[in-house]
Amino acid sequence: MLEIRNLHVAIGGTEILKGVDLTVNAGEVHAIMGPNGSGKSTLTNVLAGNPAYQVTAGEVRYQGADLLAMPPEIRAREGLFLAFQYPVELPGVRNREFLRTAVNAIRQHRSLDPMELKDFNKLLQEKIKLMKMDSSLVKRSVNEGFSGGEKKRNEMLQMAVLEPRLALLDETDSGLDIDALKTVAEGVNQLKRPDNAIVIVTHYQRMLNYIIPDFVHVLIDGRIVRSGGRELALELESQGYEGIRGDVAATAGAEAGG
Amino acid sequence: MTTPQSLIQSEYKYGFTTDVEQEVVPKGLNEETIRLISRKKNEPEFMLDWRLKAYRHWLKLERQEPTWANVHYPTIDFQDIIYYAAPVSPSEGPQSLDEVDPEILRAFDKLGIPLEEQSRLAGVAIDAVFDSVSVATTYKETLEKQGIIFCSFSEAVQKHPELIRKYLGSVVPYTDNFYATLNSAVFSDGSFAYIPPGVRCPMELMTYFRINQADTGQFERTLIIADKGSYVSYLEGCTAPSRKKNQLHAAVVELIALDDAEIKYSTLQNWFPGDADGVGGVFNFVTKRGKALGRRSKISWTQVETGSAITWKYPSVILQGDDSVGEFYSVALVNNYQQADTGTKMLHIGKNTKSTIVSKGISAGRGNNTYRGLVKILPGAAGAQNYTQCDSLLIGDQCGAHTVPYIEVRNPTARVEHEASTSKVSDDQLFYCMQRGISAEDAHFMIINGFCKEIFNELPWEFAVEASQLLKVSLEGAVG
Repeated sequence: MLEIRNLHVAIGGTEILKGVDLTVNAGEVHAIMGPNGSGKSTLTNVLAGNPAYQVTAGEVRYQGADLLAMPPEIRAREGLFLAFQYPVELPGVRNREFLRTAVNAIRQHRSLDPMELKDFNKLLQEKIKLMKMDSSLVKRSVNEGFSGGEKKRNEMLQMAVLEPRLALLDETDSGLDIDALKTVAEGVNQLKRPDNAIVIVTHYQRMLNYIIPDFVHVLIDGRIVRSGGRELALELESQGYEGIRGDVAATAGAEAGG
Repeated sequence: MTTPQSLIQSEYKYGFTTDVEQEVVPKGLNEETIRLISRKKNEPEFMLDWRLKAYRHWLKLERQEPTWANVHYPTIDFQDIIYYAAPVSPSEGPQSLDEVDPEILRAFDKLGIPLEEQSRLAGVAIDAVFDSVSVATTYKETLEKQGIIFCSFSEAVQKHPELIRKYLGSVVPYTDNFYATLNSAVFSDGSFAYIPPGVRCPMELMTYFRINQADTGQFERTLIIADKGSYVSYLEGCTAPSRKKNQLHAAVVELIALDDAEIKYSTLQNWFPGDADGVGGVFNFVTKRGKALGRRSKISWTQVETGSAITWKYPSVILQGDDSVGEFYSVALVNNYQQADTGTKMLHIGKNTKSTIVSKGISAGRGNNTYRGLVKILPGAAGAQNYTQCDSLLIGDQCGAHTVPYIEVRNPTARVEHEASTSKVSDDQLFYCMQRGISAEDAHFMIINGFCKEIFNELPWEFAVEASQLLKVSLEGAVG
């Protein structure tokens, strides 16, 4: 579904990603972990097409097509979804209308008629229940005056409604208390299907107690320095990123010396 | 991402002309023009006298047009304007729709304002003004049953001279300002409404103003009187053909609310704005003022201003009755080379009077937008309160937004608050929308629409959607 080859990304001349390789197949859950400033959010933003980031080298294939050549709205319509770390506020834009516009833009891209209002309302109610959300939030302006936790939940609601093929969850766990985290994780687990994939970007492994990843990658200083199974997350929990960093340095030294 | 680029150059949808036989008085302005207009309208002596007083006063002003507004335009040649143009009609003004030229009915249909009573706008009584005269007023009989008078100004002069005599110029005297004085001398038609005591007007009253004839000026006059304890919601819409030459529209609107009465006055102004290069368009120089005369009376202005090459208008409220309320809600949009200098005056005279001002200015292209407002609290206005909020939204980097608030407080118990903000549609907001599959253009409209939401909510629901559409059409080509 997603193949990233030697991806280099800069913001304003500073290189943030220094050659990332990653393959994500349908039906898989990947976790990308790393300390602050390692380039996790840069990776998700670049995949989503944020024009503030410049790709300086590398290639990304998404469903066989050149992802980097697609404008951001086309990526979204092709099923790529980013749950933002810091969702923006859209004053005066009602959450429900916003979602409906998004749903219909995606449907139009797939040559489907706009969804009937009553069908949309039904779908929305269903997903509100799934995410155990306060239903009054959809009547308010998008994210305006929402608490940190409400914003994150709203992202998950949008994801549930839009049913992406590839979901990128950028630090979705931050700002959620433990109960909310469990609810959100349950919701995400129910959205898992053999034909879609989820990439979770996180600082801590606590979210991974609830959404079990098939693969864990450690991103440090713009490179994926280690990949492994779920146990890698647990190792990180006990050793911290410093431990991993030490290992990597040692391995690199041994390779150089050998 | 916010860099504006011309995707589609929008066409002004209402720019067509209608071919009807018109009766036109020769260009130019002198006492004879005024006598001629008055004669055509078969006006009583007092009306002619009033017009002539205004004209003589206007002459004394010696072309002293107001120059304080932040708008720029070439000198207007007042002798090069036709002051009266009316479709030729078989009788002395149409008595029913059957007598109206079908071409005119078709024109109004095309404008989305069908005049048949069982139509899309069923439930809205419409006075249709075509150039200098009212061509039809719908639902008159329905309204008459409740004692409501809704007719053209000319008809009111004939049938209700006592009301005209009592209230004409009582809010905007003929000496008020250059354009109001000119209007007082030459005004040709407009709407008149009177709501009797205790009556809540059961439907929206609407006047649709259409300029058709080339080289004419439209000088209409509207007078609305809400008697004790009554309520009325009134709406006006305006369009004009696309012409290369500028046209002058200098209207006067006077509102009077007696004890416990409420007038809600909404405007969708979509005069021809000129083309993308700033050629042509209507000069909209208008004086609108309401007098909240009675205790606990309320006057509320809502305007959505998207048209005109130049807009110069300040719908105001004189808060004379104790506990009276004045409101001004405004969206003013300028695109291409449009200029707007608009705002309000809230004059607090009575005790515990309250006013609210919410102004949203949107500037795109090379448009220039100025909010100008005065809040004046007089010594007797103990406990007066005002809240003002002025927000500006800029699209692109060649437009202008200015806020010029004047605040004069002469009573120590008054409370005045002013908030102002200037913003742009942020890249983060756009990216967020686009990440959900929404195009940049739709994202812009959505965000701009959200910016105006507070004002659209004040409009009668039939027109809130139209206002948002109008905004969209006016912005086409500016975002993408």
